[in-house]
Amino acid sequence: MIRVLTGDCMNMKKKANQTFIRLAQGAAVISGAFIGGALLFAASPSVAHAAMHEHGYTYRYDYWEDVQDSPDVYSVTASYTSADLALETNMKNPQGLYTHGDFLYVCDTGNNRIIEFKRGDDKRLSVTRIIDSFTGGSGVTTFSGPTDIAISDEGNVFIADMGNTRILKLTPDLQYIMEYGKPDDAALDQGVIFQPYKIVVDTAERVYCVARGINKGLCKYEADGSFSGFVGALPATYNLWDYIWKRIASQEQLARMTSFVPTEYDNLYMDYEGFIYAVTGNVKEEDLDSGQVDAVRKLNLIGNDILVRNGDYENYGDLYWGDGGGHQGPSLFSDVTVFDNDVYVCLDRNRGRAFGYDDQGRLMFAFGGNGNEDGYFNWAIGIEHMGTDLYILDQQTATLTSFSLTEFGQLVFRAIDEFDNGDYAASGKTWEDVMKLNGNYDLAYIGIGRSLLRQKRYREAMDYFEIKYDAENYSKAFKQYRKEWVEGHIVWIIVILLALFLIPMSIGWVHKTRHDIETADIFIVDQDGPST
Amino acid sequence: MTKSISTKFISKEAWNKYLDSLKFAFYCLTHPLDGFWDLTHEKRGTMAAANTILIATLVVRIMKLRYTSFIFITVYWEELNIFLYLASVLFPLALWVVGNWALTTLFDGKGRLNQVYMATCYALLPYPVIQLPIMLLSNVVTVDEREFYSVISALSLVYAGLLIIAAMGQIHEFSGGKNLLFTIASLFAMLVMVFLLMLFFSMITEGISYIVSLVREMLFRM
Repeated sequence: MIRVLTGDCMNMKKKANQTFIRLAQGAAVISGAFIGGALLFAASPSVAHAAMHEHGYTYRYDYWEDVQDSPDVYSVTASYTSADLALETNMKNPQGLYTHGDFLYVCDTGNNRIIEFKRGDDKRLSVTRIIDSFTGGSGVTTFSGPTDIAISDEGNVFIADMGNTRILKLTPDLQYIMEYGKPDDAALDQGVIFQPYKIVVDTAERVYCVARGINKGLCKYEADGSFSGFVGALPATYNLWDYIWKRIASQEQLARMTSFVPTEYDNLYMDYEGFIYAVTGNVKEEDLDSGQVDAVRKLNLIGNDILVRNGDYENYGDLYWGDGGGHQGPSLFSDVTVFDNDVYVCLDRNRGRAFGYDDQGRLMFAFGGNGNEDGYFNWAIGIEHMGTDLYILDQQTATLTSFSLTEFGQLVFRAIDEFDNGDYAASGKTWEDVMKLNGNYDLAYIGIGRSLLRQKRYREAMDYFEIKYDAENYSKAFKQYRKEWVEGHIVWIIVILLALFLIPMSIGWVHKTRHDIETADIFIVDQDGPST
Repeated sequence: MTKSISTKFISKEAWNKYLDSLKFAFYCLTHPLDGFWDLTHEKRGTMAAANTILIATLVVRIMKLRYTSFIFITVYWEELNIFLYLASVLFPLALWVVGNWALTTLFDGKGRLNQVYMATCYALLPYPVIQLPIMLLSNVVTVDEREFYSVISALSLVYAGLLIIAAMGQIHEFSGGKNLLFTIASLFAMLVMVFLLMLFFSMITEGISYIVSLVREMLFRM
């Protein structure tokens, strides 16, 4: 990670142009800038420094992309193994997690069944039903490697029955209604086997599906079961060099190259407004750096990405990492869940971490890690929420872990909710409480600033934004402050402007008049007397 | 007051000459060809004024860090080394002056080393003159208006660069084409010098470590 100093004439957005910064840092006024930069860099290895911070369970990155330890936002309340749940058959390779009301569903993929849990008043989960077959229909009435489940507002159950290449639609008491098969699309390779992996259902019972091997986007089915097209494909990633190389390569070389294939999504979540959050763990570091791939997207009805990205850095999880313990490369998102206040939490299966982002796309918290303790994961595959509680499913250990907000987390969420409800003064107060628990929490400063901004206390808001380098919000406040200032001092401004013009003008006029008088013909007395 | 001080330390003529040569820098700003010709040929420039402009450039460069709005420049103060930061101006400047002189003196360049230095410093004037006002201006603009700042800021660098090229042509009495050729050649000379410096330093390091280990070995055996 390169620490950033400043270059000339622009505000540095670090990650995006590190190479440039390294040069700009040594940038000289004269044209030989790059040479100076090169030697300065060589002479001072301390400028670039690559210390990997040891950090606690919960952390976030500040404006400088330094890790800032944070009090825990979430803490483990319980973890459920097969033994804890008193299951007759142990869970095996579970891949899907879903919540609906007070019910939580785990797709026990390895045992071809879905387990339904109910959350009791004491917040404990207990098994209420084991779904391993249904009635009706013409085909097999059992599942083969179910990977996801979704339940519509009417209570109908949708199951991604991956092994049987179908999506099932069942009544609440598991009567067969219909099934969705391979998309009827001419552009689709006929040899592709339909493997529905993840599904979501909207209020009108339209089904959106991520299928393995289909990279044209989400398969969208209408309520009557007909396939209506692909939406929200991730754009194919290639750069100019790849493109030029492809143009000049021979047939044999082309055959050996990997084609420009858009990456697939790994998971979906439909938020309370009907927008689909889609994550992909199929990312490479260079693609993330160049911005060619978004690890998380928010799709509207026609499949356009409308995720707000106002953070100091991109929202793809960890910003830097060490390779070790069998884990390499960037965070690989396997699932996402979205709270009703637009806070979304992405799950990184690579290092077993959860990354929470607020509605502006700013990192709120990151917690977790690899390991076998409570709150650490081996292969985190699913994340869901009930209220503000989080549930994370580990595929490898077949363990379900539940998290609840700590006092600190509750304050943060309350501040966000109060702001969303328009209670700006209260939100500012709550953010101040947050700041008392964690003085390094950038969002608290910005939160106070935003609440002051809404209360039209622009001057104070500017200070809070400036501390945490929030240029956008600072500019909003400053624009208003500048306007107020100009309006308040308009008389003085006009007086000074007039003075600036009038005083030199009148001096000039006096000089000119005096000159005119002195040189006027009638005052010039020469030997010949006054001219006539 | 100024008068009494100036008479005490330097003669009035020298002081006036200094002020005049400093003012002349502004004339070079607007009339580069004419100005830089007179700078050496008519002895309108002084080393004192050149040093003043260089110091002003350095001062403005440091002030920028603190007084430019954070919208444009954010500084990681913990790792800012002010001397390295100054060297980002001084080091390329020294390389340029030496490199340019070393090359041009072999190819009929009329400028001497101190004249190359003086003219280059005079050509730096756009930097303090433009950067100082926009540094103040940056504090009354919003992100929507940031382009103004960026463009003007870039302009100051381009202006200074063009002035340097013009200055070199005039003091060496080169034609346009030859001047451009030697500008590029000087840049390469700078690269070569950097390479040699690095070679030199690494060899010195090797040499010292060799002697140190030799002495250690001897002490060990004695």
